[in-house]
Amino acid sequence: MLSSDLLKEAERVMTICNACRYCEGYCAVYPAMELRRTFADKDLKYLANLCHNCRACYYACQYAPPHEFDVNVARVFADLRLECYREFARPALLAGMFRRNGLAVGILTAAALVTVFLLLGIFQDSPVIFAAHSGANAFYRVIPYPLFILPFSVLVVCLSAVLLWSNISFWRKTGGKLGELLDPRANLQAIGDALRLKYLDGGGHGCNYPDERFSMLRRYFHHLVFYGFILCLASTTVAAAYHHFLQWPAPYPYLSWPVLLGTAGGLALLAGTAGLLILKKKMDPLPGAPRARGMDVGFLVLLFFTSFSGLLLLALRATPAMGILLAVHLAVVAALFVAMPYGKFVHALYRFVALVRNARERSRQ
Amino acid sequence: MNARQPIETEVLVIGGGNAALCAAMTAREAGARVLLLECAPRDFRGGNSRHTRNLRYLHRSGNAYLTGPYLEDEFFSDLMRVTEGRTNEQLALLTIRESAEIGEWMQSRGCRFQPPLSGTLHLARTNAHFLGGGKALMNAYYATAEKLGVDIRYEAEVRDLEIHDGTFVSAAVSSGGFTGKVKAKAVVAASGGFQANIEWLKEYWGEIADNFIVRGTPYDTGRMLRVLLDNGARAVGDPRQCHAVAIDARAPKFDGGIVTRLDCVPFGIVVNNQARRFYDEGEDFWPKRYAIWGRLVAGQPEQTATAIVDAKSIRLFMPSVFPAIEAVTIPDLAVKLKLDPDALRETVTAFNRATRTGDFDPSKLDGCHTVHLDPPKSHWARPLDTPPYYAYPLRPGITFTYLGVTVNEHAQLMLQDGRPSANIFAAGEIMAGNILGRGYMAGFGLTIGTVFGRIAGREAARHALQ
Ligand SMILES: Cc1cc2nc3c(=O)[nH]c(=O)nc-3n(C[C@H](O)[C@H](O)[C@H](O)COP(=O)(O)OP(=O)(O)OC[C@H]3O[C@@H](n4cnc5c(N)ncnc54)[C@H](O)[C@@H]3O)c2cc1C
Ligand code: SF4
Ligand code: SF4
Repeated sequence: MLSSDLLKEAERVMTICNACRYCEGYCAVYPAMELRRTFADKDLKYLANLCHNCRACYYACQYAPPHEFDVNVARVFADLRLECYREFARPALLAGMFRRNGLAVGILTAAALVTVFLLLGIFQDSPVIFAAHSGANAFYRVIPYPLFILPFSVLVVCLSAVLLWSNISFWRKTGGKLGELLDPRANLQAIGDALRLKYLDGGGHGCNYPDERFSMLRRYFHHLVFYGFILCLASTTVAAAYHHFLQWPAPYPYLSWPVLLGTAGGLALLAGTAGLLILKKKMDPLPGAPRARGMDVGFLVLLFFTSFSGLLLLALRATPAMGILLAVHLAVVAALFVAMPYGKFVHALYRFVALVRNARERSRQ
Repeated sequence: MNARQPIETEVLVIGGGNAALCAAMTAREAGARVLLLECAPRDFRGGNSRHTRNLRYLHRSGNAYLTGPYLEDEFFSDLMRVTEGRTNEQLALLTIRESAEIGEWMQSRGCRFQPPLSGTLHLARTNAHFLGGGKALMNAYYATAEKLGVDIRYEAEVRDLEIHDGTFVSAAVSSGGFTGKVKAKAVVAASGGFQANIEWLKEYWGEIADNFIVRGTPYDTGRMLRVLLDNGARAVGDPRQCHAVAIDARAPKFDGGIVTRLDCVPFGIVVNNQARRFYDEGEDFWPKRYAIWGRLVAGQPEQTATAIVDAKSIRLFMPSVFPAIEAVTIPDLAVKLKLDPDALRETVTAFNRATRTGDFDPSKLDGCHTVHLDPPKSHWARPLDTPPYYAYPLRPGITFTYLGVTVNEHAQLMLQDGRPSANIFAAGEIMAGNILGRGYMAGFGLTIGTVFGRIAGREAARHALQ
C-alpha cells in the first residue's frame, strides 16, 4: 500500500473505532483516539507508534475481516509504523535499508565480519591470532587497543547522533515543539510505562500473541530482551570505567562486575530473543504486518548472535579459539550498532516518544 | 456430519450466542455430553451477542467495575416501568434474583470486565462492561466451552426438529452440504429471535420491512422459533413488536452493530422526506428515548428521515461512523439531501422562531423548549443558526423481536395445552418475551440469556443424566 493509502485506511478504521470504543480498556491507543474526532496524518502516526501490536483489539473486534467493515487496527498500525521508520530514517538516504531489512541486516553483518577479518589479517600475524593468551590485556594482544576503541567510539557517537536526529524529526513531524519533548513529568511517566511494558499486559491478562489466547509470554520474553540488553550495556560501561579510571584492562575474572553483568545480560538476551523468535514462528499473521517480518527476525537474530558470540568468547577466552571468537563478537556488535537506526530497534524510540506525548495529553485532561 | 449415521449426544444446544454457551457450559459442567450447533461460520459466531457491550445484574455494593449497589426493588421497578407491566412477574423476579451471582460466574469462565465505556457512563452503576465488548466475551466462552469438552460445530444449521407429543426426539441438521440427524436426550433452543428474517417481518409490517436495517447477525432467522411454534409450543410476546432504533441509513443491511447508531437527535431537529418535523426531539434524555425512534422513522414515508444539527452542537454527541453531510446554508444542505430547499428552510425558520434563549445544558432536562410549535421540542431547543450545518440520514434499525416461546421457571418449553415439555428447554432471545413483553432495558437481554441459559443447561443435563 502507498503511504497515502495507508493513512487513509488508518483514518477509516479509527473513525469506526471512535464510534464503537469497545476496546478502550486494552491500551493507550483508544483513550488517545477518543480525544479526537478527526484524524490528521500526524495523529495517525502518533497513534500507530503508541500501539504495541498486542492484537487484543483484533480478536475482540466484531468488525474484523471477513466482516465488510474490515477493521484490523493491529495490522494497519503495524504497516504504518514501518512507514514511519522509513520516513524518519536519518540520513534519509539510508531509508532504503527498511525495504528488505532482513536481507540488509544480513549483508551488513557479513560485511562487518569480512572487514574485521581483513583488518585482522593485515595487521596481525596468524601465530598471535591462534595462540592462547592469558593475563591482563589478553584481548588487546590479538586486537590492539586503539584498533578496538577508535572504531567503536566513532560508531557510538554516530549512532547516538543519528538516533537523536530521527527521534526529533518524528516528534516535530507529529506536531510537537522541541521543548515539549523534554517535559520532565511526561518523560518520567513514559519511562515508567516503558520499563514495565505496561500496555503489553492488554488490560491485565497479557496479549493475544502468538494466537487468540491471552498470554503473558511475549511480555516476559520482551522483558528478558530489554533488561538483558541493559545489563550488557552496563557491563560494557563498567568495563570501560575499570579500564580508564582504574587502569585495569580486560579480561576480568569470572567474579567481577563486568563478567557477572555481561553473563546475566547475555543469558537473558539469549532466552528472550529465542523465545520471541519461537513465538513469531507460531504467530497468527493476520493482525501483523507481513512486510515487517524480515525486520523483526533480523533484529532478533542479530541480538541472539551478539550475546551468543559474547558468551562463547567468555567461555573459551583462555583457549586458542579466543582470537577468532573475539573478532566474530566484535564484528557482530559492530553490525548491531550500525543496523540499529535502520531496523527494529527504532521501535523503542518512537514508542517512547509516543508515550511522552500520551503522558502530556493525559495530564492536560 | 453426514447422512448415514445419526450423531447421538446427551444435550443438544441449538445456537451459538450467549444463551447457547451459558447452557452448554453449565450442562457440560453437570456431567452431560454436549453438542453445540452454531449455524454461522466461526468468524461470525456468537449471534447478536457478539455486538453487545454490557450486562445488568443485581449487586449489593459497587466494585471495580460498578460504581454502586443495584438492588432488587430498584431493578424490579425499572423492569416494570420499561415493560409497563407486560412481564411474567414470577420469571422476572427469578431472573433478577438469579442474576446476583452471574458476575462472578462469568468471570470464572473467562469474562473480563472493565469500567464503563465513555459513551455509556449513565450505566456505570447498573451495568458491567466487557473488556473488548461482546465478541471478546464470546471468544472467552467458546474457549472455556472447548476446554470443558463441549463438542462445537460451526456452519451447522438445525433445519427441523422431530417432536412427538411435546417431546424432542431428533434434529435435522444441514452442514457443509449434507443433511444429518442428531439424537439427544434433551435439547436447548437458544437460537435467538427472528429479526434477520425480513420475509417474516413483512407478515406484520408489510412491504415497509424491506426498508429496515438489521443491526445484528444475519443468522437469526427464527427458524427454530417457527418449528417450535408449529410443533405445539405456546407463543409469548407481541409478534408485531420489535425493538428498533433510528440508525445511520448508510449502514449495511446486516451486522452493522453498535457503530451505526446516532446520538445527535436531541441536539437538532429531525425531518422526514417532506422536510417536515414529526416528533419532539428533546422529549427526554437520549438513552431513554432512542428506542422509540426506530418506530417513528418506520412510520414516515419511505421509512427515512434526516437529523440536522449545526456547528454549535457537533461536538456534543459521540462521533458517527459515517461522515455528516455538510453545507453552509440550509437550502444547500437540502439540495445535498435531495429535500425541497424551500420546505426545509421553512421548517428551520419556524423552528428557530419558536426557540427561546435559555439555560442550555445537555447534562440535564434544561429549560430550552420551543413555544407554539407543533410538534414541540421540549428540551435542548436551540436555533439552527451556526453554519456549517450537518445532516445524518436515518433508517429504522431493528435490534430484536419480541415474539417467543413460553417457558416455566425451569426453562422448560410450555405447550399450548399447558403442559411443560419433558426435554425441550429454551433460553435467550427466543424466550425473552416472557420477561420483556415490551420496551427494553440496556444490558438486560444478556441477563435473561445468562440466567435462563444456566437454568436450561442445568435442567437439560439433569433430564439427560436421569
Ligand atoms: C448492536 C446490538 C447491541 C446490543 N447490545 C447489548 C448489550 O450491550 N447488552 C445486552 O444485554 N444486550 C444487547 N443487545 C441485545 C443482545 O444482543 C441479545 O439480547 C442477546 O445477544 C441474545 O442472545 P441469544 O444467545 O439469545 O441470541 P444470539 O446471540 O443472537 O444467538 C443466536 C445464535 O443462534 C444461531 N442460530 C440461529 N438459528 C440457528 C439454527 N437454525 N441452527 C443453528 N444455530 C442457529 C445464530 O447463528 C446465533 O449464534 C444488543 C443487540 C444488538 C443488535
Ligand atoms: S477494534 Fe473493533 S471492537 Fe475495537 S474499538 Fe475498533 S471497531 Fe470497536
Ligand atoms: S493491537 Fe493492542 S496495542 Fe495495538 S491498538 Fe490494538 S489493543 Fe492497542
